[in-house]
Amino acid sequence: MGRKEENIKKAKALMYKPEKIRNIGVVAHIDHGKTTFSDNLLAGAGMISEDLAGTQLVLDYDEQEQARGITINAAAASMVHEYEGDEYLINLIDTPGHVDFGGDVTRAMRAVDGAIVVVCAVEGVMPQTETVLRQALRERVKPVLLINKVDRLINELKLDSDEMMKRFTKIITEVNKLIKKMAPDEFKEEWMVKPDNGTVAFGSALHNWAISVPYMKKTGITFKDIYEYLKKEDQRTLAKKAPIHEVTLNMVIQHLPNPKEAQKYRIPNIWHGDLNSPIGKAMVECDPSGPLSLMVTKIIIDPHAGEITFGRVFSGTLKEGQEVYISGMPKPYRIQQVAVMVGDSRIQVPEIPAGNIAAISGLKDAIAGSTVTGIPDVEPFESIKHISEPVVTVRVEAKKPSDLPKLVKVLRDVSKADPSIQVTINQETGEYLMSGMGELHLEITEYRIRNEHGIDILVSEPTVIYRETVRKKSPVFEGKSPNKHNYLYVEVEPLEPEIVKALLEGKIPENVKKFKKEVTKQLIDLGMDREEAKGVFGINGTNIITDVTKGIQHLNESKELLKQAFDEVCQAGPKAAEPLQGVKVRLVDAKLHEDAIHRGPAQLIPAMRNAIYGAMTLADPILLEPIQKVFISVPHELMGNVNRELNQRRAVILDIKSEGDMSIINAKAPVAEMFGFASAIRSATGGRVLWSTENMGFEPLPDFLQEDTTRKIRERKGLKPEPYTADHYRE
Amino acid sequence: MLSFVGLGLSRNDISIKAIEEIKKADEVYAEFYTGRICDGIEKIEEITGRKIKVIGREEMEDGRDILNEAMTKKVCIISAGDAMAATTHVELRLRAMEMGIETRIIHGVSITTAAASALGLQIYKFGRIISLPRPYGDYFPLSPYDGIKENVEAGLHTLILLDTENEPMTANEAMEILMKMEERKKEGIFHDKALIAVLARVSCDDEIIKAGYLKEMVKMDFGKPLHSIVLPGKMHVMEAKALVEIAGAPEEIMNGL
Repeated sequence: MGRKEENIKKAKALMYKPEKIRNIGVVAHIDHGKTTFSDNLLAGAGMISEDLAGTQLVLDYDEQEQARGITINAAAASMVHEYEGDEYLINLIDTPGHVDFGGDVTRAMRAVDGAIVVVCAVEGVMPQTETVLRQALRERVKPVLLINKVDRLINELKLDSDEMMKRFTKIITEVNKLIKKMAPDEFKEEWMVKPDNGTVAFGSALHNWAISVPYMKKTGITFKDIYEYLKKEDQRTLAKKAPIHEVTLNMVIQHLPNPKEAQKYRIPNIWHGDLNSPIGKAMVECDPSGPLSLMVTKIIIDPHAGEITFGRVFSGTLKEGQEVYISGMPKPYRIQQVAVMVGDSRIQVPEIPAGNIAAISGLKDAIAGSTVTGIPDVEPFESIKHISEPVVTVRVEAKKPSDLPKLVKVLRDVSKADPSIQVTINQETGEYLMSGMGELHLEITEYRIRNEHGIDILVSEPTVIYRETVRKKSPVFEGKSPNKHNYLYVEVEPLEPEIVKALLEGKIPENVKKFKKEVTKQLIDLGMDREEAKGVFGINGTNIITDVTKGIQHLNESKELLKQAFDEVCQAGPKAAEPLQGVKVRLVDAKLHEDAIHRGPAQLIPAMRNAIYGAMTLADPILLEPIQKVFISVPHELMGNVNRELNQRRAVILDIKSEGDMSIINAKAPVAEMFGFASAIRSATGGRVLWSTENMGFEPLPDFLQEDTTRKIRERKGLKPEPYTADHYRE
Repeated sequence: MLSFVGLGLSRNDISIKAIEEIKKADEVYAEFYTGRICDGIEKIEEITGRKIKVIGREEMEDGRDILNEAMTKKVCIISAGDAMAATTHVELRLRAMEMGIETRIIHGVSITTAAASALGLQIYKFGRIISLPRPYGDYFPLSPYDGIKENVEAGLHTLILLDTENEPMTANEAMEILMKMEERKKEGIFHDKALIAVLARVSCDDEIIKAGYLKEMVKMDFGKPLHSIVLPGKMHVMEAKALVEIAGAPEEIMNGL
């Protein structure tokens, strides 16, 4: 029996001992070495050949990822590790480092209890380090730190031993600052990473070694020895004396919680049902004999096996052939197969108990975020929060018209597997529009449609997604129903910035009907007027509609229609049919027809739509554009070239730091201006540049561009070039 | 000149006055989204010799083109039943008067009176007329139930008009909706033994008038629309007898009257 086979056998037994399980993720800024590290863990654990690790990139099982050298999908793998005489099962989820794929990181975090944060010793803490750490801490995932690429400090930056230690201290201090800022209150102190207790490791993933203070004590190796080995360029010996998988997995087992411990404090954070119900208790206790509950974190479409659903089993035991319910779906589904993942192979097992990560076939209507249970009508898990929203769109069409039906299906599959891809149809033109987190994100998705799904497609130039908002309060505007027997009176104004922020962070539930009390309380706490907060009957994105009228007959049963109109308007504002952001709609009065038939959908929806649109046109409406943070690290002598490149793109340089012979530029720029930046910056610097971007929300488009941009968007959408005036909405 | 002409319930209900008004008109428009006649309009075109243009809700509600035309021409708007039953027409008439256009009304037979006559119920014992809209997504208004209940509590009969938008509602669909409302409200109006009368294609050659208990009625086939429903309130012995003799209601409804 080979080592891999033996481990599979052990893994199957360890699944049943939750205290011997660790579900972990590896998170990092792009290019900090996360995938190389993950592969060496797997190799060390005997899941792939050691020589291949580092070049094989098992976790990057998309060919695409290998070609681009970055990890796109969070794939899962299980391995077995021995620590102090006991064997442990480590379920590892790899997560993408590129910010364009942020949605995947967030979902992967739901499945794990602990995370290894990888930070490059040369670059230090980078913005995406902060982003991924925030995503982990928000899900109450405990971090440990691996400082990677330590060899480069000595071989490339020629630091001496003291300077190396200083560099470490700086990184650790910065990581702890972030933990202190973002960790849940009760863990702020406990979760700080410290070299002394072994929550920090130092090493080189590429050269397969790492060291931690406890490991030094155990083996007698010192920092000085490490320094000497690196000086001598003998990392092979280091890899023998302190193999990276040994050191980091010891750290994982010692410091990251097992599912039984973690679910106690994680469940109340991610599930809002009754914790004293049988299923609530089973989840908090990670009880394999309780009712089944599982949360779907990822779906992949396998060319041979079809749709594979990944999820974390929080309670009960998932069995082959079992009937389960997906939240929001009326009928039960039958589980066809269950499996655990080892690299790119799925190992079929008859059942998977609570505390593990499962690969399932047969759940065809599940999407990432679905709750799956053994009994119907269970409170679903809190929806996974997407920190970033799509900001770039392309038009997609099939080269051969006969491929159209297939394209429709493929687009649906693609957005199911990656919910941060949104596909919409332009009703006017019948075009398919695909939106994503950035230019690269869409390019990769296009590649997949062509190569994995085999459809030849034509794709337009990318365009950015704008937002519409208002800058002041409108007068009361009257919206009439087409039959002129219903009148709705509306005011709009900018929504309080604190509330917009809370909505963006997903702190307020959107389902007002269900969480009425909670929503009202949160809005009051955030400074909304009490009457206004009580009247809120719809939240859509960062927009709110509230009813501040009193005692109007039949208004209550009509609100569903008013909300539908509000939802429509939130998707397409009056200026350029772009989504709204930060708008508060107040319904201040209404006159309704006595008979229900004369105030039905065909009457009240247009009346409300006109009322909101009309009010918005009188409230100084403007376009907001998406903005990216841009980080560039470049040799001093090339600064000028980089500055020139940035200046052409309406970028604002926020600060410039100097580190060794490198300049670190921190800037922000509109996404619209950043198309093609990759090749432009490469040629401006002869490739001697490291750079990354991160979406940072929307800011007002400069005044001098408002009119022109509005017209261009409208023309692209086949609308009349000028937006309508208030008079148009009065009729 | 703008005249509103009610056609009545079927093509043969049209009055001499209406025929003359249509003959005189320069333009004849018909709207059938607020109600329909149960057979075609071809015969009316034949008798009057005028081409009738059927217009949709949007054009009618907007009304601007019609009013502009009526400034210089004789324009006739025809609709099913009585001329002013549809709410939009009142608004259009007021706008026309504001513009100095002369307006007039030619009345037609309406279901609001025909229902009582057809069933033998006394017209002065009817309460508020209730229309029943089709649910739309999560929109499921319950105010019709409240209106009906008020009538029931006052011992009055209720004429229930059914949604005609898109596809006219059948009495069966309406009874299903009413039973769903009952499930939500649980105030005991639409129980299995509630007495219900259905009127299908009133005044047409194949009209059906039938009364019975809700549980049985919901399973019966009344043929193609248009349908209306009457929920009888407290009945005089003569009314009950009429329901039994005319509409085939169970004889036991006369017990104790």
